[in-house]
Amino acid sequence: MLLYDTRYRSVTIQIVFLMLFMGAIAWLVDNTITNLAALNKNFSFDFLWESAGYDINQTLIEYDNQMSHGRAMFVGLLNTLLVAVLGCALATVVGVLAGMLRLSKNWLTARLLAVYVEVFRNIPTLLWILIFFAIMTEATPSPREFRGDDPAASMLLGDAVAISNRGVYIPAVEFARGLGTLNLHYFNISLNALAVIGVIALSFYANGRLLAHATRVQNATGVRPVTWWKSVLLLVTPLLVMLYALDAGLDYPALRGFNFGGGTHLRNSLIALTLGLGIYTGAFVAEIVRSGILAVSRGQSEAAAALGLKPNLTMRLVILPQALRIIIPPLISQYLNLTKNTSLALAVGYMDLRSTLGGITINQTGRELEGMMLLMLIYLIISLLISGAMNVYNSRIKLKER
Amino acid sequence: MPATAPTFVRREMLPERPPPPLEAGAVRWMRENLFSGWVNTLLTVASLYVVWWILAHVSPWLGNAVWNAGSLSECREILDGVSGACFAVIRDRWHQLLFGFYPPEHYWRPVLALVLLLVALAPVLFSELPRRLLWFSAAYPFVGYFLLWGGSAWLPLLAAAGFGVGYLAWRLTAPGAPLAATVAAFVAPVLWWLFAAPPLLGELRDAVPLGIDFVRSDSIGGFLLSMIIGISAISLSLPLGILLALGRQSDMLFLRSVCIGFIEFIRGVPLITLLFTASLLLNYFLPPGTSFDLVLRVVIMATLFAGAYIAEVVRGGLAALPRGQYEAADALGLDYWKAQRLIIMPQALKISIPGIVNTFIGLFKDTTLVVFIGLLDPVGLSNSIRADTDWNGIYWELFIFIGALFFIFCFSISRYSMYLERKLQKGH
Repeated sequence: MLLYDTRYRSVTIQIVFLMLFMGAIAWLVDNTITNLAALNKNFSFDFLWESAGYDINQTLIEYDNQMSHGRAMFVGLLNTLLVAVLGCALATVVGVLAGMLRLSKNWLTARLLAVYVEVFRNIPTLLWILIFFAIMTEATPSPREFRGDDPAASMLLGDAVAISNRGVYIPAVEFARGLGTLNLHYFNISLNALAVIGVIALSFYANGRLLAHATRVQNATGVRPVTWWKSVLLLVTPLLVMLYALDAGLDYPALRGFNFGGGTHLRNSLIALTLGLGIYTGAFVAEIVRSGILAVSRGQSEAAAALGLKPNLTMRLVILPQALRIIIPPLISQYLNLTKNTSLALAVGYMDLRSTLGGITINQTGRELEGMMLLMLIYLIISLLISGAMNVYNSRIKLKER
Repeated sequence: MPATAPTFVRREMLPERPPPPLEAGAVRWMRENLFSGWVNTLLTVASLYVVWWILAHVSPWLGNAVWNAGSLSECREILDGVSGACFAVIRDRWHQLLFGFYPPEHYWRPVLALVLLLVALAPVLFSELPRRLLWFSAAYPFVGYFLLWGGSAWLPLLAAAGFGVGYLAWRLTAPGAPLAATVAAFVAPVLWWLFAAPPLLGELRDAVPLGIDFVRSDSIGGFLLSMIIGISAISLSLPLGILLALGRQSDMLFLRSVCIGFIEFIRGVPLITLLFTASLLLNYFLPPGTSFDLVLRVVIMATLFAGAYIAEVVRGGLAALPRGQYEAADALGLDYWKAQRLIIMPQALKISIPGIVNTFIGLFKDTTLVVFIGLLDPVGLSNSIRADTDWNGIYWELFIFIGALFFIFCFSISRYSMYLERKLQKGH
């Protein structure tokens, strides 16, 4: 019999499985077609080009409610990516700091950070987002309290930053002598920002070349040339020149009417989401960093001490490079988790991909099937991109065993 | 010339003197652990400042807490302008946060279900207990369902009987044809559930009305709901995850690609989109007219979600096993399932315990997401309590209560996993 012959067993099982699998898929598709027909619906993505008709309260690119659902989806995607990047950055900073401090010899600090990690790890991230949102909306002064001769609340950092229950206002950079915008048909790019970013990138590149040259000289002669002032010059001067040429200035927020005007308005939802996701994920990152450093065998630090390296050099040259190899893969999977958790934005009314495409668009057009499929596909692509990057990194840093 | 005798020679031992005060006791400990350098001192001062800041802000608030009041405004009257917590809301609504809108006269049922759950879990968690208790653990899903939802007792009984039917079919056919027995063991219960049980249920219900009041799913809420979803998804996802991991490791190309596709898809999308699929789209995929309970749908989705993560964790455990173990199993002449059961899985699962427990904790925390599809978990109930005019504007007390519940639960799971790891540690 086919199943008892080891030559054919695997093929037989697979064919049976294939038939069952195909049957199940056919059954699902058939059901879907019947159900769609019963509802007088068809399967099409045309709604993406129809006018959206709803507003989005935070847009990184130009958007108004006459634009298409596809455009709204794109705005939502950018918002998702924005909060993901901010959250990952915050989680890394908080996590690395907390992980290092948990290993510190200071008893009190280590205990304090242990409490931080345990408390944040064991309480749902949704609750943290809501708590930070409540802090931002309930525990901060209203714009009214900034008014008057003896105000109950005052702005921070020399009247530059206002933290109010309507959001946080920070100064915005303005260019008096603008270069205009580059119209790319689908969206516009500010040439000023582009120029500044270009100058920064160029000066970093030049600095990298300078350091590489210093290393070459050191390898050849044994003496490393002094480079720090050249580095500072390279990194700072071009930027200052560029900013002066564009006549850049800061636009400070100020009380106007019932609310603050001017500056950049960071919504409470964005801040609560960033803080909630960042500090929650930071607790996990802290554990990853701690276990990564502890995983480097003691012999390594003892060998470094035997070579006469100071503790901080031991950390920088011996422990960290080896610990990073252990830390990075789980760290990236935490980034992945954080990115997926940005879909909790719904809880605080942040207009991310799920709230635009997966929320209002679906409700308005009644295209649940198409909308959810598109939504899942986009999240899937983001996840696969991140994990693809992780695999590339993993294979690059893998121990080259000979 | 005689050697000059030394002018002084000590003849008796001096008593041991106490160490200098700076090198002993609490002072030494503090010098070593808190002030052993300027960085350390700075850290201590900063930590003390943080602790002081938190205490200074929280302790008066907690100290002035009001436990007896009917509404937030009443609380504020009692506090009279002083900052203070209003835990009266917990006193007023704790039953909602724990049970949702479960009928109060039936509160004994979830409580009993929880106690029995602990009894059922005990033999699973602690191997010192008699193994015979495992029979109760196997029966618990039916007992738990009956206690929580109620209705006719015949429904869970007949459902449980399906497994008996499967076993019977296997016993009857096993001597003749082992393959047919396996198929029969799977097909017979399905036939029983689909065709024999429903008419039998009607008959029995009419003949012997045995049961307790039925409680609708939408009145179940609060922490009870989180527990139901969390625990059923956790217990269902472990076998699913193991099967998926085995599928992913298998040599069969097609089976492997399906498993990889499933795992990567589930891990690539947020749980919330899966939950929306459960609430919005499932009706598209099922035959017209079928509709089933939202809680059950959520349990299924959470199971699939956790199963994919468990599969990856178990795969890590499988990959960490030395090849020699697989080869030794082959050399002993064990077939695939015996080798898995007796040699591979016990070791692979032991390696994956921390990962599995992390997945469980993650899943349990993620049960709060059901608030987005309209189920009343603790977070959803905190919103609806705030919607009441009496408690409009109350945040921190509710968050503290809900957070504490989750913290206790998740923290104890993680401690248990550490205990388990230590216990299973066979190395030296």
